[in-house]
Amino acid sequence: MNIFLILEESGGHIKKSSWEALGAALKLAPAESVTAVVLGAQTEALAAETAAKGVGKVVRVEHPLLAPYTPDGFIISLEQLIRAEAPAYVVFPHTYQVRDYAPALACRMGQVLIGDVTGVDDGPLFTRQLMQGRLNGSYRHSGNGTCFVSVQAGAFRAVDSGASAPPAEITKFTPTLDATQIRTHPGEPFRDSAQTVDLGSAQRIVSVGRGIKDAEHMGLMQDLATALGAELAASRPICDNGWLPMERQVGSSGQTVSPKLYLAVGISGAIQHLVGMKGSQCIVAINKDPDAPIFEVADYGIVGDLFEAVPALTEAVKAAKQ
Amino acid sequence: MKIIVAIKQVPDRDAPVRIAAGSKWIEERELQFAMNEPDAYALEEALELKEKHGGEVIVISAGPERVGTTIREALAKGADRAIHIVCEDLEARDALGVARLLAAAIKQENPDLVLTGLQSEDLGLGQTGVILAELLAMPHSTLILHVEKIDSGIKVKRELEEGWFQSIEMPLPAVLTMQSGGNKLRYATLMGIKRAKTKETRLVAAGDLGAGAASAVVLERIALPRKEKSTQILPGSPKDAAAALVEKLKTEARVL
Repeated sequence: MNIFLILEESGGHIKKSSWEALGAALKLAPAESVTAVVLGAQTEALAAETAAKGVGKVVRVEHPLLAPYTPDGFIISLEQLIRAEAPAYVVFPHTYQVRDYAPALACRMGQVLIGDVTGVDDGPLFTRQLMQGRLNGSYRHSGNGTCFVSVQAGAFRAVDSGASAPPAEITKFTPTLDATQIRTHPGEPFRDSAQTVDLGSAQRIVSVGRGIKDAEHMGLMQDLATALGAELAASRPICDNGWLPMERQVGSSGQTVSPKLYLAVGISGAIQHLVGMKGSQCIVAINKDPDAPIFEVADYGIVGDLFEAVPALTEAVKAAKQ
Repeated sequence: MKIIVAIKQVPDRDAPVRIAAGSKWIEERELQFAMNEPDAYALEEALELKEKHGGEVIVISAGPERVGTTIREALAKGADRAIHIVCEDLEARDALGVARLLAAAIKQENPDLVLTGLQSEDLGLGQTGVILAELLAMPHSTLILHVEKIDSGIKVKRELEEGWFQSIEMPLPAVLTMQSGGNKLRYATLMGIKRAKTKETRLVAAGDLGAGAASAVVLERIALPRKEKSTQILPGSPKDAAAALVEKLKTEARVL
C-alpha cells in the first residue's frame, strides 16, 4: 500500500502540522509506505529536510508556477501525480491552504475529502467533530479509488523520529502546467495593523464567548479580568461583533495562548477555539450548558448563569486578595 | 451582478443535541433551526454588493420543508428570490452529493458570483463552496472577508493563518466562501418581512436535478466525545461556587 503525505511549508521549513499528519498516516501504514510530497517553485531544501524524517520516499513536485500557492496550480499538479501513482491514501495537514484546494482535488478524482480528522481507528474509521465539537462522527471511505484525509492540528503527536534512519530517496516530478490554467492571482500577504497585544505572553487570561449576549455586559468581564490581573480575550464571534478588537481573539484564526490560568466564560468550546488555548496550564470554564465541549478540556467548572457567577467570582477574587 | 448565495439551515446553536436511535444522526424532532451563521455573512456581502452595483441576489438552499423558514428570513433581509431544493435525505448525502444538487440548480441561473459560508455549524465540513467551484468550472477562493468589484472581475480579501491576509484577483464568474466578521449582519425589518411574502421561492425536487450518485464517504455513527480531562464542577450557589473556585485556584492549581 502506498500513502501520499502532502507537506506544507512556511518560511522555508515544513510546518509542524505536516509532521502531525505523518503521525496520522503511520496509523494507516508503516513509514516505508509513506511518500512525502513537497510542492513549490524551489523544493530542494524542503525535500532534504523531509528525507531525514524516516519516510519511505520523497517527491519534489516542482514548477515555477507553484509559487505563490494557487488552488489551480496545486490541484492540476497533484492530480497528475496522483493519477500516475494511484496511492491508496492522500493525507494532508488540515490547514487553511488545504481547505482551499483539497476538496476540489478530491472532487476531480470523484472522491470526497474526509476533513479535519482527529482520530484513525481500525477499519479504517476516521473520527471528526460535528456540531461544534459536541459530537464525534466516525467516517468510512466507501467504494474504490484513493481516499483523501486531512488531519486536525494538534490531534496527533508530531513525528520526530528518523534521525538515525538513512535519508529517503528523493525524486522530482515536473507537472505540465501553463500560466493560462491559473485563474486566481494572489498578492503578497499583509497584516492589517501592528499587533499591540501579545496574549501569548500573558500569565492569566479571561476569555469571553457568545454567552455574554450583548456588548453592554463586557464591563462585567473587564471587572473580573482587572481583579485577576488578567488580559481580556474572546472567541471569534465576540470580535466579529466588534465588542473586542480582532487582535484579542483566541483560536485558529486568532492567537494561540498557553497562560497559567485560562478562564473561559460563556464559550462553548468549538474546536476553532480549543486549538488556540488547550495548552493552558489551568483551564476554568463557566457555562450554563453542562454538555458544552469546553468542559472536555477544563480542570474546573461552574455550571450556571454567567451573569450571577462572574460578579460572584470577581468579589471572591477581591476578597482573597485582602 | 447576479449573485447566488447558498445557505444552509442548521440546528440552533443552543439546542440540546440528542443522538437518535441507530446512532446515525441526531434527534431532529423538537429541535430549533436557524440560518448557518457563516452563510448569513455570505448573504450580507451579497446584499452589500447589490446595493453598490445593482443586480440580483438569489438564495438557494437544500433540505426538507422546514428550510422554508430560513429562506423566508433571507428574503426578508433583502434577497430578491429563492430556490428551494426539496430534499428529505440531505444528511445521507456526502459533501459531493449535496454540492451536485446545488450545482445543477445554480447552472440554470448563470450567475456572476456564487457565495456561501466557509463552513456549516452542524457538519463543519467546509467543503461545499470549494466543490461547487469545481463542479461549475469556476475559479474560487476561501475564507473571504471582503469582495470588491474591479474591471477584470473581483478583488477579494482572504484570511490567512496567524493574523495575515492576502488580496486575490480573479475573473467572474467565481465562487467564494465567506469568513465571518467582514461586515455587520443586518436584521430583517418589518417592511422586509412583509415584502418577503410576495417574493418568489421556486421549489425544485432533488430527484429532478439528475444529481443522484453513490456516496464516496459514509458517516457510520455518531457518539459523544470522550473527555480529555475530568473536570471538577464546583456546586452550590454562585457565591459558594466562586469562593470554592478561588480556593482551588490558590491551593490546588496554584495559579493565583
